[in-house]
Amino acid sequence: MSMDTSTVDPTSGEYVASTMSDEVVIELVQVNKWYGEFHVLKDIALSVNKGERIVICGPSGSGKSTLIRCINRLEEHQAGDILVNGTALDTNVKNIDAIRRDVGMVFQSFNLFPHLTILENCTLAPIWVKGMPKAEAEKVAMQYLERVKIPEQAAKYPGQLSGGQQQRVAIARSLCMSPNIMLFDEPTSALDPEMISEVLDVMVGLAETGMTMLVVTHEMGFAKKVADRVIFMDQGEVVEQNTPDEFFNNPKSDRTKLFLSQILAH
Amino acid sequence: MAVIEKGGSSSGSGGKSALAFINDERFRSVFYQMFVGVVVLLAGYYLYTNTAANLDARGMEVGFGFLGSTAGFSVAWSLIPYEAGDTYFHVFLVGIGNTLLVAAIAIVASTFLGFVMGVLRLSKNWLIRNLAAWYVEILRNTPLLLQILFWFLTVFALLPSPRQSLEPVTGFVLNNRGFYFPSPQPGDLFFLTAIAFVIGIVGAVILSKWATKRLFDTGQKTPVFPISLGLIFGFPLVVFLVTGAPLAFDLPTLQGFNFVGGASVPPSFCALLLALTIYHSCFMAEAVRAGILSVSHGQTEAAYSLGLKPSWTLRLVIIPQAMRAVVPPMISNWMNVVKNSSLAIAIGFPDLVAVFMQTSLNQSGHAIEIVAMVMLFYMTVSLSISLALNQYNKSVQLKER
Repeated sequence: MSMDTSTVDPTSGEYVASTMSDEVVIELVQVNKWYGEFHVLKDIALSVNKGERIVICGPSGSGKSTLIRCINRLEEHQAGDILVNGTALDTNVKNIDAIRRDVGMVFQSFNLFPHLTILENCTLAPIWVKGMPKAEAEKVAMQYLERVKIPEQAAKYPGQLSGGQQQRVAIARSLCMSPNIMLFDEPTSALDPEMISEVLDVMVGLAETGMTMLVVTHEMGFAKKVADRVIFMDQGEVVEQNTPDEFFNNPKSDRTKLFLSQILAH
Repeated sequence: MAVIEKGGSSSGSGGKSALAFINDERFRSVFYQMFVGVVVLLAGYYLYTNTAANLDARGMEVGFGFLGSTAGFSVAWSLIPYEAGDTYFHVFLVGIGNTLLVAAIAIVASTFLGFVMGVLRLSKNWLIRNLAAWYVEILRNTPLLLQILFWFLTVFALLPSPRQSLEPVTGFVLNNRGFYFPSPQPGDLFFLTAIAFVIGIVGAVILSKWATKRLFDTGQKTPVFPISLGLIFGFPLVVFLVTGAPLAFDLPTLQGFNFVGGASVPPSFCALLLALTIYHSCFMAEAVRAGILSVSHGQTEAAYSLGLKPSWTLRLVIIPQAMRAVVPPMISNWMNVVKNSSLAIAIGFPDLVAVFMQTSLNQSGHAIEIVAMVMLFYMTVSLSISLALNQYNKSVQLKER
């Protein structure tokens, strides 16, 4: 249990000012999902405002990854409604395409396309999905690669980069589609400790721009620094949700207390 | 480690420094190479002297002069025109023609069928997936010779006689003498249609390049597929009609006890082609399935999350990566199709081995020359396939580190 919680020191960094507005961009109503007999999401209700930063934590198998993967339909929910930007996620392919264009996702295992260069990874979707001219797509891609501080790697292939660099490219690749919402599925869990902070730095920078972010992570320092709300899930349920201050200093439920004591013990 | 790097002479773990070189890896490496070299040379020398002595004892000569003399036997069916008075060298070419014809069709057909079966085995539909699995597992796990004999003895040999022929479409006749089909008789101006066809293909290639450039420059997509269809088929059709449709078909017709006219292939050809195609399609299917499965599901998810449609994901992300895993087994599959076509001898199809290594060898007695020529042919074809596909494979390899 060597959870590294000290990568972003909450005491040193200042809390990133909230950019949240009143406009609701994601709405989940009574969402249920089963894997066969296993009830992985139980009556999830969640409303996310524009510019809100949410950190979702919980023990493994609690359904937190499944939850955010439902938001861009990498997983199908069986009951309840999910609305993104007012569009309902159902079996309508056009709706799914529209939502995916507007929702970026970063994966634990990066999932860069190994047969394409870093630049091509970033320009593929803008060219094919948005119909952006190649020269313009490359210009945009270079801007984002500079923002994640690796423009000099543009001509290389993913296999030639370190894990931290690959994850930063993955973030840039998503941003090239100029999404309004970003989903992060344990973005630092597959990284060596010294690379975690370079990825978290990029994510903090992204939070400062007012991006709506849903982040599944165990990086509690990151949660304290940027989250508007921390959601704790266990066994497919939202057990507790609160501001980071209240959540860490004054947890209500016993399950939350137990989880926090385990994760913050080291 | 230091001992090895300094070399044998200064090494030795104490007393016996005279024999210490035995443990030197450089000495061992040279010794083993020399040992193998000497063995190979001795074996070659033995084979050569032994063969020379045997040939001498029988009063035989080695040489390729016999290729110019008349073969004198008939060949049941040939792609290249052949008469009994032609030379052995002509027989060699006839055999190559027949072998390449059946192998080429079998390679194209089995690759296509294999792609379909490989994708179907990954279908979400239970029935389709299982039917494809049974197809592959049954046909892959029985000997090819058995399948060739099956198609020949129980299907094509049991077809009705010419008078009761099956003729599902006029001009296409199937009976126990073979498969008959209309043979095209191009007129004087038909070459214009052929030229139009070539121009259409070139035009389609240029169009696809231009469409990619246009996409990159302006972001506009071009409906490449329908325009290409028009260029490749529509344009030649117009030319064909304008030049007065200069193409006639010679239909096979029943005269007496047999069909005359048109073109035909014997039952042995049909059985061999079908067996090769089906048997090898199973291996292609497995290669394709393995290739697609070798691309992690995360790739699909990443592409979807960027808004790429399933068809683009397959084309831009999955297939380019899957091909890396598909091509190496496909190389050996294609080579196996060519080599396995020599099983034709079991059902009397006159392929290279049957007409040259069997009949010509028995008749002329020039075993060494004939075996060498046949081996050279198969090696040339196999190595050409391997070279071409390896070249392709190099172009799709991933760069790492």
